Amino acid sequence: MSITPEHPAALDRRTVLRRAAAVGMLATPAIGLLGACATSGSDGDNEQVAGGTKSEKNPLGVKEDAAIEVVIFNGGYGEKYATDVHEPLYKKAFPKAEVKHQATQAVSTVLQPRFASGNPPEFVNNSGEKLMDFGALVADGQLQDLTELWDAPSVDDPSKKVRDTVVPGTIEAGSFNGKPFVLYYVSTVFGIWYSGKLFKDNGWAPAKDWNEFMALLTNIKAKGITPYGYAGANAAYYQWNVILTHAAKIGGTDVLKNIDNLEDGAWKQDAVKQAAAAWAEVGAKFSDKSFEGLKHTDVQLRQNQYKVAMYPSGDWLEGEQKKDTPAGFDYQLMPVPSLSASDKLPATALRATAGEGYFVSAKSKNPKGGLEYMRQMLSKEGAKGFTEVVKAPTVVTAGSEGFAFPPGVASSQAALKAAGQDVFNLYFDGWYKELDTEARTATNELMFGRINADAFVERIQKRADAIKKDSSVTKFKR
Amino acid sequence: MRHGKYPFVIGFLFAPVALYVTFVIWPYAQAFQISMTNWRGLSAPQWVGFDNYRRLLDDGAFWKAVQHHGVLLLALPLITIAIALFFAFLLNVGGKSSGGQRQGVWGAKFYRVVFFFPQVLAVAIIAVLFQMVYRPNESGLINGVLMKFGIEPVLFLIKPNLALWSIIAVLVWQAVGFYVVLFSAGMASIPGEIYEAAEMDGATKVTLFFRVTLPLLWDTLQVAWVYLGIAAFDAFAIVAVLSVDGGGPDGATTVLAMEIYRNAFVYSKYGYASAMGVALFFLTLTFAALTLRLTKRESVEY
Repeated sequence: MSITPEHPAALDRRTVLRRAAAVGMLATPAIGLLGACATSGSDGDNEQVAGGTKSEKNPLGVKEDAAIEVVIFNGGYGEKYATDVHEPLYKKAFPKAEVKHQATQAVSTVLQPRFASGNPPEFVNNSGEKLMDFGALVADGQLQDLTELWDAPSVDDPSKKVRDTVVPGTIEAGSFNGKPFVLYYVSTVFGIWYSGKLFKDNGWAPAKDWNEFMALLTNIKAKGITPYGYAGANAAYYQWNVILTHAAKIGGTDVLKNIDNLEDGAWKQDAVKQAAAAWAEVGAKFSDKSFEGLKHTDVQLRQNQYKVAMYPSGDWLEGEQKKDTPAGFDYQLMPVPSLSASDKLPATALRATAGEGYFVSAKSKNPKGGLEYMRQMLSKEGAKGFTEVVKAPTVVTAGSEGFAFPPGVASSQAALKAAGQDVFNLYFDGWYKELDTEARTATNELMFGRINADAFVERIQKRADAIKKDSSVTKFKR
Repeated sequence: MRHGKYPFVIGFLFAPVALYVTFVIWPYAQAFQISMTNWRGLSAPQWVGFDNYRRLLDDGAFWKAVQHHGVLLLALPLITIAIALFFAFLLNVGGKSSGGQRQGVWGAKFYRVVFFFPQVLAVAIIAVLFQMVYRPNESGLINGVLMKFGIEPVLFLIKPNLALWSIIAVLVWQAVGFYVVLFSAGMASIPGEIYEAAEMDGATKVTLFFRVTLPLLWDTLQVAWVYLGIAAFDAFAIVAVLSVDGGGPDGATTVLAMEIYRNAFVYSKYGYASAMGVALFFLTLTFAALTLRLTKRESVEY
């Protein structure tokens, strides 16, 4: 037998162990596997279907029998609105077309390889914790220009363009360097949420200015309830949102525009510093140190248990907490209070935007079908159906008419109405994820008392400058 | 049987080697290539030379992570091996001797199973479990008890100078069981006569441990050290799930794998992340080579 080792003793325990160690050593930095992703980035090997004939019913010229694949993020809004409302609408318009449906909780995990291999699905709901970087997708030419959709006649009234049926600001929210690429579908209003019942029972009233707010916080604290808090473990951006909203109210909306455009010294503007200092005080005196280690669901649950009085969030909060909210809790929204009489914007001003992003893949087989799917979503029937299923208002103005919203959304819609023209939004977190990360970290440092307002603006500015200089990052302007 | 030996060997090796090259060696090589590009995960990458590595030099988060690996590299093997040795000694030779046979402490068999439990749990589950243990309010396992006694809660994962040690504690907790078993196996193969002889010469348990057990376990210890060192270069799952704000507060618990993950899958900077991966590769390689060299010494044959 020539296969056995010539000196069996050579393979003693020691060598075996040592060899085992060597194998372990080679196998561990599995991160090297990153390279397993294909880098070919093949483009053009995916043949696109020819257009169909344009008609009144088919203004985009979709090929009637071309299949379309729809990928939905199965998160807060679920997937039912797509399977029960939007997809049937598309089927109704194009009975010969096949609609392939897929739902996922990790969009990038499922789709990244498909984009890399040049075979993306037509329509994607890019949202959730694992969403794909919109900026990178745009920079890479993966997203279909939506101008054609916005200029197309709407489903309900052919004399009206789609762009005229949605809330102002919707198209801008999904534009990159002035070109529309993303459809943000859900109307979202940000503010500070409280329980109408808790406030009523204690005779508290929402605050409009900073003095009222301080008095309110003191009263709540005296009652043994944590007056204000956000979750530091994973939702620090809820708080930078409050600080920047406050900064916009103090110094006007240009404060946020400068930040988005990475202007020199944008974060060091006086308004940002004032807002940061004001909220650092709230963090130090009226919050709870342990919240830094809690997740958003933990703090939201504590609010439902009447242990936390005020919590910053967007108006998805009420739906998200539906299961845990006790009867009669009565979610109410209060805009971030103004700092002083010299504020540039009134106390009613607030941040509102369209949220929940959808896009059409430019390199998919049937991009026209994707655009048409969006047009159906933006019809009155599509929007109404969505609102009925998920209880959230869409950007389609006519879609929310006559719908009885639950108290929280009703109050945010009322606040939005009261704000009138003083509605603003910010974009840097979607454009530059790194800046978002830095702002989150700095916000925790600020609110939990490890740095002051000066250091807060200093460190975020430093990161913003670095991003500005980084040639590998695509820049956006508004 | 000499005839046809090589075709025979090659025939058997072909499939495993092909698999290994495709799924291990090739991705490694590709990581080196990607690290020289500014690839963002979608279209064809552009060559940028050593740009990414130059960037690494003044990336604060990267150096912070490297520093944490330094701490982990010292603390994790030292603490784990010390505890595991102690337990293994107690379980195998710490008790009375009966009929010339060394025995473990009473209930050793039961403890051996208990110590191994953490090894059976998936790392992610351990991290989630410890979220409950470390929770900073009255619903936390530790703080709930503390607060019942009116003691201020300990902010395990929040205090910047405590957070990394809280993470290390979890890593140790998880690893100890395996090394108890490993050392037990090593101890079991030490002949009983040596203990007997030493005892007759009047050796105490402490002397037994340091003069008999430890030297005869040297090979096993060395392997344990290399394994734990490599584990210290990983620690990703625990940090990612357990720590505040992904390696926080303010990067106080971040590790290289965490930064790689963030750069690749949050910032879509695959090129830069690959550069970090290559750095990690060389760090691990250097460590393993150094350890094997430094601990090289004649082992006792028996």
